[in-house]
Amino acid sequence: MLIVNGLTKIFNIGTVNENIALRDVSFSLNEGDFVTLIGGNGSGKSTLLNCIAGVYPVESGSIIIDGVDVTKLNEHKRAAMLGRVFQDPMLGTASNMGIEENLALALRRGQRRTLRWGISNKERELYRKLLKKLDLGLEDRLGTKVGLLSGGQRQALTLVMATLKKPRLLLLDEHTSALDPKTAQMVLDISDQFIRESRITTLMVTHNMRDAIKYGNRLIMMHNGRIILDIRDEDKQKLTIEDLLKRFGKASGEEFNNDTALLS
Amino acid sequence: MNHMPEILLGAVTLGLLWAVMTIGVYITYRILNIADLTVEGSITMGAAIAASLISKGINPYLATLLALLGGMAAGLVTGLLHTKLRIPPLLSGILTMIALYSVNLRIMGRANISLLRVDTVYTVFMNLGLNRTSAVLVLGLICVISLICILYWFFGTEIGCAVRATGNNPQMARAQGINTKSMIILGLIISNGLVALSGALISQSQSFADVQMGIGSIVIGLASVIIGEVLFSRTSFYSILISLALGAITYRIIIALVLKMGMPANDLKLFTAITVAVALSLPMFRAYLSPVKRSIREDE
Ligand SMILES: Nc1ncnc2c1ncn2[C@@H]1O[C@H](COP(=O)(O)OP(=O)(O)OP(=O)(O)O)[C@@H](O)[C@H]1O
Ligand SMILES: [Mg+2]
Repeated sequence: MLIVNGLTKIFNIGTVNENIALRDVSFSLNEGDFVTLIGGNGSGKSTLLNCIAGVYPVESGSIIIDGVDVTKLNEHKRAAMLGRVFQDPMLGTASNMGIEENLALALRRGQRRTLRWGISNKERELYRKLLKKLDLGLEDRLGTKVGLLSGGQRQALTLVMATLKKPRLLLLDEHTSALDPKTAQMVLDISDQFIRESRITTLMVTHNMRDAIKYGNRLIMMHNGRIILDIRDEDKQKLTIEDLLKRFGKASGEEFNNDTALLS
Repeated sequence: MNHMPEILLGAVTLGLLWAVMTIGVYITYRILNIADLTVEGSITMGAAIAASLISKGINPYLATLLALLGGMAAGLVTGLLHTKLRIPPLLSGILTMIALYSVNLRIMGRANISLLRVDTVYTVFMNLGLNRTSAVLVLGLICVISLICILYWFFGTEIGCAVRATGNNPQMARAQGINTKSMIILGLIISNGLVALSGALISQSQSFADVQMGIGSIVIGLASVIIGEVLFSRTSFYSILISLALGAITYRIIIALVLKMGMPANDLKLFTAITVAVALSLPMFRAYLSPVKRSIREDE
């Protein structure tokens, strides 16, 4: 359902700061794939997600979602097909607006916005039901400004927003890394539950090898702007951290020396 | 001191007309999170269009409507400069403001126009037996109240919510499929339309339009916004809109009082600039004065 073909992204092209972030990246996702994306700092994970979402234009290559070539489509037009959660909990929600107002914005993703009232009573019922599943007490605080919520609550809310209208593709960029371990686990569990319940095709960036192995049916590893490993299904189920390190060494010709990844 | 009631009434009346402008400034400054200097040109533009058309015998209501449209066009230009040509918003506003100075001179054909002997939007009310000040007061109230209702409705609609989200967090807005560029343009159009409307109403109440009248108006608008926010409630959107109007009126009362106390009129702009600087830095002073808030700020 997602085909990425020969994608190359160069930042600051033609200047001394020229930086090739993606080098001829190609891969495709099948319907329902839950991919964990792992790799060292600066290997291009975020850039890949941002290019798919249309945050940056690309130098060459194409991105096809459901047979539609979206390579030249504006970010806000692509949003109709995508659900996104960012690393920074502040980025996914509008802090001056209420919980229900944020959800109402998300419910209208991909729809023409009109002069109809921005939120209906029927929707509020839906929001209460969905927020109850989070078990964070947010269902009783629909009017509360999102700015008053904790980082974990905001990430959980962003996740609900990203999946409120089932996206064709869910992009999670280290969406638990700014949270304390307990909250991170909670948000990760919610993500896993949502993704599996609705069988949402997902690309999830993580720095944590254990999580990368534990979640999803497929693991992709990036290094220096390239995909160097793509491990699937049974192969992935049997995968251990030692295996992964060994295969990384073989594929890249380097030792995997990412402390954060090793420690966790 | 026996003139006091009259002075206060005059200040309230003028404040109501400036409230229209203040609400326009609020839309860019607080909702879109842009300091838009276009207003310095668009307030004059509103006055210029209204005065020149009225003095040529056009119906004052039609002239005022055209003034509103003129301001909207000015907002559109700033919006296009910013979103299409990627010029920073502050600079886009300055460019439009400077350009409008020439445009306004062309509209007026000279530096000022008198409206002393012609019918204005207020004449209808004066014909009903009201004196001049009451006529301005009544029409000002009608304008401000309907504006508050319309804007309360608009910013509750799907499009209005999209504008608010754009100003609050553009990245999130785009991720939710909102065309943030269009929303910024829309906000600038509405804001400058209101500012020009205010200019048209002000020039008719003071019976003249002057090509210089916009100078410093952004600071007056900001002062009114901040006074409104600091002194009055800001819990719901309704109360925020009302507090903006009260802020504009309070500003006029303060000015009337300091003038009455003998401050030379030429020092007004200095006084206003200092007031705004102090008001804008209030949050910082508060943070220093209150240890609890301070620690919260540092946690952020
Ligand atoms: N907006 C940008 N402008 C210039 N260079 C950028 C930009 N974003 C990323 N880069 C560069 O592109 C390369 C890839 O960065 P990217 O953020 O995709 O890495 P990442 O794999 O997400 O790393 P991390 O694990 O640290 O988040 C890096 O060298 C980075 O410096
Ligand atoms: Mg990253």
